[in-house]
Amino acid sequence: MELSEIFNYGFVQRAIIAGVLIAAICSLLGVFLVLRRFSLIGDGLAHITFGSVAVVLLIGISPFYVTLAALPIVMISSLVILKLTSTKRIQGDAAIGIVSSIGIAAGIILTSLSGGYNVDLFSYLFGNILTVNQTELILSFIVFLIVVATVVFFYHDLFAITFDEELARSMGIKTKKINIILFLLTALAAVLAMKVAGIMLVSAMLILPPLTALQLSISFKMTLIVATIFSVLSIISGVIVSFLLNLPAGGTIVIMNVFFLLLVFGVKKIPALQR
Amino acid sequence: MPVNQIRVDDLTFCYNGLEILSDISFTVNKGDYLGIVGPNGSGKSTLIKNILGILKPQKGGINLFGQPLHMFRTWDKIGYLPQRLSALNTHFPGTVEEIVQLGLRGNKTPYLNQTLELMGIEHLSSRLIGELSYGEQQLTMLACALVSQPQLLIFDEPTTALDPETREHFYTLTEKLNRESGTTIILITHDTGVIGKYAHNLIYLDKKIIFSGTFKDFCTSPAMTGFFGPDSQHMICHQHTESDEVISNGTKRNI
Repeated sequence: MELSEIFNYGFVQRAIIAGVLIAAICSLLGVFLVLRRFSLIGDGLAHITFGSVAVVLLIGISPFYVTLAALPIVMISSLVILKLTSTKRIQGDAAIGIVSSIGIAAGIILTSLSGGYNVDLFSYLFGNILTVNQTELILSFIVFLIVVATVVFFYHDLFAITFDEELARSMGIKTKKINIILFLLTALAAVLAMKVAGIMLVSAMLILPPLTALQLSISFKMTLIVATIFSVLSIISGVIVSFLLNLPAGGTIVIMNVFFLLLVFGVKKIPALQR
Repeated sequence: MPVNQIRVDDLTFCYNGLEILSDISFTVNKGDYLGIVGPNGSGKSTLIKNILGILKPQKGGINLFGQPLHMFRTWDKIGYLPQRLSALNTHFPGTVEEIVQLGLRGNKTPYLNQTLELMGIEHLSSRLIGELSYGEQQLTMLACALVSQPQLLIFDEPTTALDPETREHFYTLTEKLNRESGTTIILITHDTGVIGKYAHNLIYLDKKIIFSGTFKDFCTSPAMTGFFGPDSQHMICHQHTESDEVISNGTKRNI
């Protein structure tokens, strides 16, 4: 099959457009999360998504609306993680661990009650970007606009809070409000990314592109832009490679992300490019 | 009548049930240069964090520029240099210019380059903060505090990472800002040699205010020997009187 023929398929077009939007969402939010040492929040929220999807499938909601139906539970869970992390006796990673465990445990029990794994739940666990529907495409576009607007409008506050939360508070920045916004958007991103990379690999979408951009030692603004470029490149190349080689799209996209990270590592090792 | 820029009334702050600050009351007026001293763990930084709204007191009131803390919005009037950044990630991708711009709270200023030059870090403007030495990072944070040309500057042990020449340059600069621009300065320091040289007023804190007044009064008070030791009269007060005459005019020095 010719490469250009791939893009004639409606489902591939939908997959690429939604994938690019979700990649941009994840990489933009991921820069703030990685630098604030909340890298694994994607993992935690993905596990909650697993529990949420199990609930949704158990009560018989159409698979067409699973993403929408899972959103409220995941968003509330993100706020629970935020609340737990602000408790002095619970570290951020432990808070994520608690919520993550609850999500997985609930998911397993509910799946068992509904008669074991079925095809739908399996597709959410491992993702299938080629099955992105119209609702998810529209949702991705709306969330993309919200995330870009938030980063532009709250850029100064987000930068300050990422650099040093205490310093940000001394500047009169409402750090609680900014944290709530960041965590709620991350919940939206995690649910959307589940369709692209699967529950098992959502955190890769949030972590790998920012990590790749951070290796380049560039300014904060450039890090946001470059992370988004790597993320989008991973999606496009991942969909194409998976289609051509008949590989699972989610896994291939994540492998492409790893490829770009290793590529940057390799390029940095070239003596002429070292500072 | 002097204008209160800070007014603290009966402030009490506890952490894990332990009283860190007890019934603290004082005012800071426009143009003051206040030194806050006290032993380690005496609550100096905690007091500043309460004033800036980073920590919430259990009791008492704080007014900034005539407004209760919860209603205060014009934060660009205050520049703050923390004792240390709570968790500076050495991989943080912020350039010196981006970090200094933080102090502008998203506003534009023609003073950005001027501030970088004043701190002698203009040649570092495109370098990442994580790539700098601790002293250069400290100068960057100083520039961040100064860039909005605030009316009130709060420095929490600002010179710990600086070499003696840059340290002297920093103190001379604060003195010049205070004298020429009327900028109010609050300085927390263990650098006892400079307390009397620059600060007009002094608070000696040890969970509560032990002494509050002028440096001259402090030199003759029992709190002085309690804090600095039996030789303090000679070491601090005498040294201050002699060196007071050699304050230089704040020319730029690179590190």
